[in-house]
Amino acid sequence: MSRITIDGIEIDAPEGWTVLETARFLGLEIPTLCYVEGLSPWGGCRLCTVEIGQGERTKLVTACTYPVEEGLVVRTATKRVVEARKLILELLIAQCPTSKRLQDLAAQMGVQEVRFKPKWENCIYCGLCVRMCEEQMMAKALGFVDRGNKLRISTPFDKSSEECRRCGGCMYICPACTLRCEGAQPEEVLCGRCESSTQPTCLEVHDNYACWMGLTGDCGTCVKEGAEK
Amino acid sequence: MTEVAVAEASMVVEESIERQGEFLIAVLQDIQEHYNYLPEAALQEVAARLDIPLRDVYGVATFYRSFSLAPKGEHIVTVCLGTACHVRGGARIVEALARELEIEAGETTPDLEFTLETVNCLGCCAIGPIVVVDGEYHGEMTAQGAVNLVRKIQKAERV
Repeated sequence: MSRITIDGIEIDAPEGWTVLETARFLGLEIPTLCYVEGLSPWGGCRLCTVEIGQGERTKLVTACTYPVEEGLVVRTATKRVVEARKLILELLIAQCPTSKRLQDLAAQMGVQEVRFKPKWENCIYCGLCVRMCEEQMMAKALGFVDRGNKLRISTPFDKSSEECRRCGGCMYICPACTLRCEGAQPEEVLCGRCESSTQPTCLEVHDNYACWMGLTGDCGTCVKEGAEK
Repeated sequence: MTEVAVAEASMVVEESIERQGEFLIAVLQDIQEHYNYLPEAALQEVAARLDIPLRDVYGVATFYRSFSLAPKGEHIVTVCLGTACHVRGGARIVEALARELEIEAGETTPDLEFTLETVNCLGCCAIGPIVVVDGEYHGEMTAQGAVNLVRKIQKAERV
């Protein structure tokens, strides 16, 4: 047990818990994207950023990967944290404006504008599909390929993988491809339509990225037979 | 790949594992040295023998610049484009070599003789611009000098 303080609440957290688990246990809300229970924490999307430490010496860490330690002081909703999260979400949306999950998070967190040039990519490199494939489906068919600005997720040699059983787990877990948002336009990257309407507007949107076993290969994760690389 | 090639890859990988132990990168370096690149059959062999998922082997092979999945030329010409070499005309050398070999930087000639590469710093900025030909460093290089180096190799090959 380590005694930690989250937003002024003292709690004895069991050894091995992360800050995120402890905060959720207390009912405190921390937005997450690349964290899913049942998969190992990754710390890739940075949305669960919280502030640790006291006084002058505080720093921002990802709650999902930070283990609790004796005397830790965590704050989950300071100005610095909220602004950092908004900036991170702006960057994520600029990468992939067509993701409904990201657009919903923007509405929830009150992101009003995206100050970055949208890239209209279809992957935010959260690694969820890679972890899903390995940890829940025991397939290890998918992985990160290349690095830096050429980083992408694919199967070895961009070929249909022998390990892949077409379970669709990667698509199910993907925050960018399964639910597509059609509200994002070049002139206004943020959609926000679901926020002002009781009728979700995007549930009927289907394209090749949300293939659900149409196996078009466009999402780049499972099947690429015949696709030019 | 033919059966013979697969058998060869298998042998190369086995020998390398005996020599290096079960260290992925060391084994990949051996394969790269043997073939000048990493053939698909060899990577599959490595994955099977070291019991590492193929996607991880592939990930490592694509992560490092010193590994190549496409065949490289017999002679590798590397031009430094670090800041110091750049201001002293490294880019002009790349241009001249590209014209001479009729390939772009990063490509290999169709006859698999030369590969032209660029690098961002070799750490010997005082003698820049630097051209490395098959591991040999040539300092204070000029465009014409680099072209001459390549021609010398071509001439030696023809004899």
